[in-house]
Amino acid sequence: MTDAIRAEGLVKRFKEQTALAGVDLTARKGAVLGVLGPNGSGKTTTVRILATLLRPDGGYAEVDGLDVVRNPHEVRRKIGLTGQYAAVDQDLSGTQNLVLIARLLGFSRRGARARAAELLARFSLTDAADRAAKTYSGGMRRRLDLAASLVGRPSLLYLDEPTTGLDPHSRNELWDVVRGLVDDGVTVLLTTQYLEEADQLADDIVVLDHGKVISRGTPDELKAQAGSQVLQVRPGDPGLLDRVGRIVEQVTGSEVRTSESSAGASVTDPAVLPEVVRRLDEAGVAIAELTLRKPSLDEVFLALTGHTAETADGAGAGAPTERTSA
Amino acid sequence: MTAATTAENTAAEAAPVLAPRVTPVIAARHGALLTWRSLVKIKRNPEEILGLTFMPLMFVALFVFVFGQAMMGDWQAYRDFIIPGIAAQSVIFATIGTGVALNTDIEKGIFDRFRSLPIARSAPLVGAILGDLVRYALTVVAVLAVALLIGYRPSGGLLGVVAAGGVVLLFAFALCWLSAFMGLLLRTPMAVNIFGSIWMFPLTFGASTFVDPDRMPSWMAAFAEVNPVTHVTDTMRGLMEGGPVLQPLAWTLVWVAVLIGIFFPLATRAYRNRA
Repeated sequence: MTDAIRAEGLVKRFKEQTALAGVDLTARKGAVLGVLGPNGSGKTTTVRILATLLRPDGGYAEVDGLDVVRNPHEVRRKIGLTGQYAAVDQDLSGTQNLVLIARLLGFSRRGARARAAELLARFSLTDAADRAAKTYSGGMRRRLDLAASLVGRPSLLYLDEPTTGLDPHSRNELWDVVRGLVDDGVTVLLTTQYLEEADQLADDIVVLDHGKVISRGTPDELKAQAGSQVLQVRPGDPGLLDRVGRIVEQVTGSEVRTSESSAGASVTDPAVLPEVVRRLDEAGVAIAELTLRKPSLDEVFLALTGHTAETADGAGAGAPTERTSA
Repeated sequence: MTAATTAENTAAEAAPVLAPRVTPVIAARHGALLTWRSLVKIKRNPEEILGLTFMPLMFVALFVFVFGQAMMGDWQAYRDFIIPGIAAQSVIFATIGTGVALNTDIEKGIFDRFRSLPIARSAPLVGAILGDLVRYALTVVAVLAVALLIGYRPSGGLLGVVAAGGVVLLFAFALCWLSAFMGLLLRTPMAVNIFGSIWMFPLTFGASTFVDPDRMPSWMAAFAEVNPVTHVTDTMRGLMEGGPVLQPLAWTLVWVAVLIGIFFPLATRAYRNRA
């Protein structure tokens, strides 16, 4: 069985800026490939090349064994694309949006209506079917966008940051939809800035940074590299920070990073938590705050690359910037 | 691909088998579907109809009743003189909308959606432009309706008016490729609007639209004489009011050919390359 996507050495330059500096990736049929990375790491560029919207300057990519550069039309028949910004016509109703796509794909008038109704029902949009999409909430619009990309029953679906800017509830709904599609046998390529999202949905993860793959593996393998959780301790007296740092280091066995007021370290075994509390208590350190949490993308990046994910440019979650170069 | 996919397939008609290649017939069908999309938007946005019809209405009323007396000593005479001019000017201004709409589609990601579908590459562009031709026609009808209301009775009759409408729509069709080119090149709809409007003013006012070039300073008259808007307006005037038609029509056709010759390939290339 061939892979759904096979890309080798993809290179793309925008003027002087190199967006992709040789990206290799493979998506197994019927699996979810998560492409994880900060803004500007090359996620969207990768998707746009694989969706035939952009020609690579170097390298090779195929979808279901079809070259994306030489057979773009055939590739387009197999794929569905849901971009970062819900690409539905705001002036058209939900039904009209889906009927338009269905008719373009060669459905009969009646077939198109039936397919639209079916998808609207599946995405809980039936009540809003005849309203203009501009009256939809953000979550509804994303669902309509996703429905639009599924009209032709693609065997491969690209989801480019599908939950960026969504509230937690809508995000969870979308995750359920993606899981449902995977159950139907669809291969999904998902880009995301959120480690948790990749963890929730992906079977395999590729981590991009500056247009290069810096790590790949299953979510578990990745977390093993980065530590599955982060322990953070803030003493009541900042003067005791050094002592806290030493204790945390001894218990967790990993490198401690201290900020102005707290000490933190990667933790793979959550059982260290009571141990840390006990040792701090013995040392007579009053604890102002103690947290055990999943590592942020920044921390994964720090672990993988030694530098933080560069999201500090204000282009964080949901900011509609860097469409072409991201 | 397992049994789950088939469960979904039973609910509605299975996805049709797509033709392996896009034939001209299929491409025309795709273009027609996207023209439909463009026209639905007119219906959905009452303010757009207002924009297409209200501006020309204002122009007719203001120019005829504010300037008419001063220009020709008789507002009726000025009315008869400028109606073809206002029709031309309004349609030419409306072409900016083509570029703005294309740019908005790109910004909103709708173009990416279309481009990721196995459809004719030309269809989104064709649909946008055919839909806009209907908009331009609406504008001409609005100008003529107001003109009729204030007593305009073209001596060229219905045939002359229809012919004049055809000429201005042909010119607008040529010009909208320039607008489309800008819409595909510039970064934001706002930029398209501004760049589109700036040169529209000298083009539509520095012509025979509102004043006979013979009454302009010589350098302005020289500009007006070569301005394609003058040729379009003179052709319309000839058809609607009587007067020479052949020469201005010949020049208009030359301009149409030049505009399409330059901007059709530029726009389609920008369209293909737009990342």
